[in-house]
Amino acid sequence: MIETVLLYLFAGAAALGAVAMLIARHPMRVALALIICMLSLAGIYALLGVHVIAVFQVLIYVGAVMVFMVYVILLIDVRDSAFTRRFSWLLVPGIAGFVALTAVLCIALWRGESASGTAVGAFGVRPFSEVFLNEYWLYFELVSVLLVAAVVAAIAVVKIGIGRRG
Amino acid sequence: MDKTQLLVGLGVMLFAAGLVGVMVRRNALVMLMCMELMLNGVNLTLVSFAQQTGATEGAVLVFLVFVVAAAEVAIAIPILLLLARARRTLDVEAYADLKG
Repeated sequence: MIETVLLYLFAGAAALGAVAMLIARHPMRVALALIICMLSLAGIYALLGVHVIAVFQVLIYVGAVMVFMVYVILLIDVRDSAFTRRFSWLLVPGIAGFVALTAVLCIALWRGESASGTAVGAFGVRPFSEVFLNEYWLYFELVSVLLVAAVVAAIAVVKIGIGRRG
Repeated sequence: MDKTQLLVGLGVMLFAAGLVGVMVRRNALVMLMCMELMLNGVNLTLVSFAQQTGATEGAVLVFLVFVVAAAEVAIAIPILLLLARARRTLDVEAYADLKG
């Protein structure tokens, strides 16, 4: 019972955070709304019993990605025109597309068979890491190569910028 | 309403909100954050389906999506900072001359 209440609470918080991201003016408020949304999603994952993903959601998304975003917002000039005028001319077609897409997908979801889940709770650290490092070790290595490539590319981008400015 | 239906519906809503944010907002940094929101919606549907069927592979896939998102941010943020230095603004309409 309490789990259902918490699930609805976290789902509502995530949806409210997403809507607040669309209407907030300052990028710092957008970032804070996104952090609220991600933390509620981590709560949902923990309620579903997928604890590994909940921990990674907090550590990687909130801990690394969003802290990086907040630092960049601090580096950027606040008197920018992008801060005072929120929306581009695509506002009305964008909202119309949002409503249409959500309606179509939700109707499709509503009509589909609700396959009653078996609610398997076997998503602890141990089964996850056994599957990950036994069967999918190649993808683990590929992802580490991707991260190294991303770091090298970030340094290259910054160096190109310094070279251009002379 | 079924629990899985609620979660997949929330994932759809997050994805659509991220998409509309990318379309209607002017600030390039906010557009980047809306892209993260889209990734989060996809992750939520992946996790709810994986939990429904009991497939641990879904969790592995979500972890890989996390890493790809981190790499994407690590590349996109320096590019944004360079753009902000070059044009003194993050307003995407200032970059309209990029179209062919």
